[in-house]
Amino acid sequence: MPAMRFVDEFRDADQARALAAKIAALCEPGRQYKLMEVCGGHTHTIYKHGLEDYLPESITLVHGPGCPVCVIPMGRVDDAMHLAAREDVIMTSFGDMMRVPGSTGSFFDAKASGTDIRMVYSPLDSLKIARQNPDRQVVFMAIGFETTAPSTAMTMLRAAAEGLSNFSVFCNHVTIVPAIKAILDSPDLRLDGFIGPGHVSTVIGCRPYEFIARDYGKPVVVAGFEPLDILQSIYMLMLQLSAGRSEVENQYSRVVPWNGNMVALKAIGETMELRPYFEWRGLGFISHSALKVKEKYAAMDAERLFSVPGVRVADPKACQCGEVLKGVLKPWECKVFGTACTPETPIGTCMVSPEGACAAYYNFGRVERHRVPEAAGVSSAAAGKS
Amino acid sequence: MTTGDTRQGADVGAGAGTGSGSGGSWIDEALREHDHAEASQAEASRPADPGGRRVLPVADRERQVLDRIDRARRRRPRVREERITMSHGAGGKATRTLVEAVFLDAFRNEQLEPLEDAAELSMSGVRTALTTDSYVVSPLFFPGGDIGDLAINGTVNDLAVAGATPLYLSAGFILEEGFPVADLLRVTESMRDAAAAAGVRVVTGDTKVVQRGKADGCYINTAGVGLLSRDVALGVAHARPGDAIIVSGPIGDHGVTIMLARGELDIEADIVSDTAPLNGLIARLLDAVPEVRAMRDATRGGVATILNEIASAAEAGVLVREDDVPVRTEVRGACELLGIDPMYVACEGRLVAVVPGDRADVAIAALRADPLGCDAAVIGHVTDGPPGIVQLKTAFGGTRIVDLLVGDPLPRIC
Repeated sequence: MPAMRFVDEFRDADQARALAAKIAALCEPGRQYKLMEVCGGHTHTIYKHGLEDYLPESITLVHGPGCPVCVIPMGRVDDAMHLAAREDVIMTSFGDMMRVPGSTGSFFDAKASGTDIRMVYSPLDSLKIARQNPDRQVVFMAIGFETTAPSTAMTMLRAAAEGLSNFSVFCNHVTIVPAIKAILDSPDLRLDGFIGPGHVSTVIGCRPYEFIARDYGKPVVVAGFEPLDILQSIYMLMLQLSAGRSEVENQYSRVVPWNGNMVALKAIGETMELRPYFEWRGLGFISHSALKVKEKYAAMDAERLFSVPGVRVADPKACQCGEVLKGVLKPWECKVFGTACTPETPIGTCMVSPEGACAAYYNFGRVERHRVPEAAGVSSAAAGKS
Repeated sequence: MTTGDTRQGADVGAGAGTGSGSGGSWIDEALREHDHAEASQAEASRPADPGGRRVLPVADRERQVLDRIDRARRRRPRVREERITMSHGAGGKATRTLVEAVFLDAFRNEQLEPLEDAAELSMSGVRTALTTDSYVVSPLFFPGGDIGDLAINGTVNDLAVAGATPLYLSAGFILEEGFPVADLLRVTESMRDAAAAAGVRVVTGDTKVVQRGKADGCYINTAGVGLLSRDVALGVAHARPGDAIIVSGPIGDHGVTIMLARGELDIEADIVSDTAPLNGLIARLLDAVPEVRAMRDATRGGVATILNEIASAAEAGVLVREDDVPVRTEVRGACELLGIDPMYVACEGRLVAVVPGDRADVAIAALRADPLGCDAAVIGHVTDGPPGIVQLKTAFGGTRIVDLLVGDPLPRIC
């Protein structure tokens, strides 16, 4: 295969082996390390490239809550279904969201039964649909962390500039920092450090994580999404841990500015504000952890335009997504993992999105680890491998 | 909001159910099935594990879970949905479930049962192969081809990979009111040219017209018969550890071409569909290596789906090296941007062949002698690894599995 710029240099196996050896050398004998990758995009990369093969047994990666689809509670899916079922509404949604189960099935099921739900690649596509259907209200199912909130905000600003009166947003945007804090305050789990979310940080920068290092004494390294990015971030975390430091560092400096993206933050600030509280799947209600549409843009707020039932629906009893999202359980430790709950018939959200820890493990990781010799502190050459 | 509002998701799930009339939701049913399987497994393993409550090491517990999943996957497939969704047509797990649980269940017979690309029939002592395929690609015209040559090549290839010499085809057209006659002429001209190139004749046909809005321009069904004159025994179940797995060229060209031709993604790249008849290439291969164990053309679901078919039919493992899988840079680039794995992207003129390991060099030489196979490569081997599991050695140097596709990244690809 010909090499591909900006991709292959971040997947180089020789560099990976060299990093694996350095990481193994930093492990204190007898000590166990638990590092959480906050972002689901990292979880996906870890399993898709078989990154755990490069880690010694004493380092465990714990999968965090940063999967936009995974944290949506069933009640919000039901509310969205309620909106979509209206004759005068066209619902638009990202592809990830289409398979998330509500209590009466997913968007895909509703679509197959005739509900007008359309998949879009960008929220801007919703405006196109709104222009083409002036007699119907186009509601965009807005989900995601600070990564996707700016594109929702920009779409709202564009709609306002155009004077489009039949576009609105069902806002489910959440913010990552309160969720990390909830995990840090949870008694269930002892973590040694965090692989910080790269995409979120392109928007919010690295400063919001400083409390983790300062108040909780845990190192944070904001990481890119290629496998070598993650391996290097683990190395940086191990350097901090072995030196007894706890700081926020930026491995993904080619993309993440320390202070974030002011234009994006302004767009969010113009159109949205924090909710007093919001329910997260498995994590329960977390204060100031989500965004709603500002009063000024009330005409684009589906929750104000239509009556949304707002009924709270508990997760199915057997579903342990909450424990998986908090990193308390490994995906395979969930009682229904892979048997009753599979990617084709998911019970929990973690099995739906490609960024969900359960889906990533089920689709890619369901195999015994083949650790490279370097992960055990032996060089490949000494182990008889070229 | 009070706790009084809280409902159990599992209790209100009825309606998304299986229609079994039992009153519970599919979630309840899945859980019952799970508990039942677990109980019988626990019963079976009890005598061997007198310690009972002893806590196993993590790796062993993980192994147990993997075994449990393996058992769950071997259960009889059942369609849980009440309605057909796009996933049922995507060529992945849902398609397989639908085919096995609905069609195979209804029509079961020894010709259908192997679920190969074509059925083997013996009529008055003459061995023939029969196949059929429908074409609903959107858009109808795309770089490198159109629905017409796709409809000929697809059916020719289904016969060729069964080891047959394709001879005669039927063509059925479902046309939408208002469809331009000029477009229909373009389609039929390319069908004529494709048939000539493949050495087959369209000998019977059918035409239906439906009201505007009840179809999307033009759908085509073709069926084909071919002669099984070679003394070869083909079938993915014949694969065995040590066999080499070969692809005849770069994968994913067709799928990515269609994706870009739809213009929804605002990506441009210099890629054309790989639609081509494979009967000439396959004849070359079988002349050189009559011991070929199995052949498939990698259409919907891509090469990954075929690898899974090999692993599960042969009850063996499959190990593929990502570095060895030929993918054009343009295709990889588009797939990287879209978050799609080229292993799942459709081809319309690529052969996947399983040959005995010691015949791989001869097979590669034979394929490379043909322009359609000039980039043929061994991508992996059948192994005595975990049966039914396809493992990929990633370019990064890690190992992961390659499962059947869930959901549909791209509907109406062919």
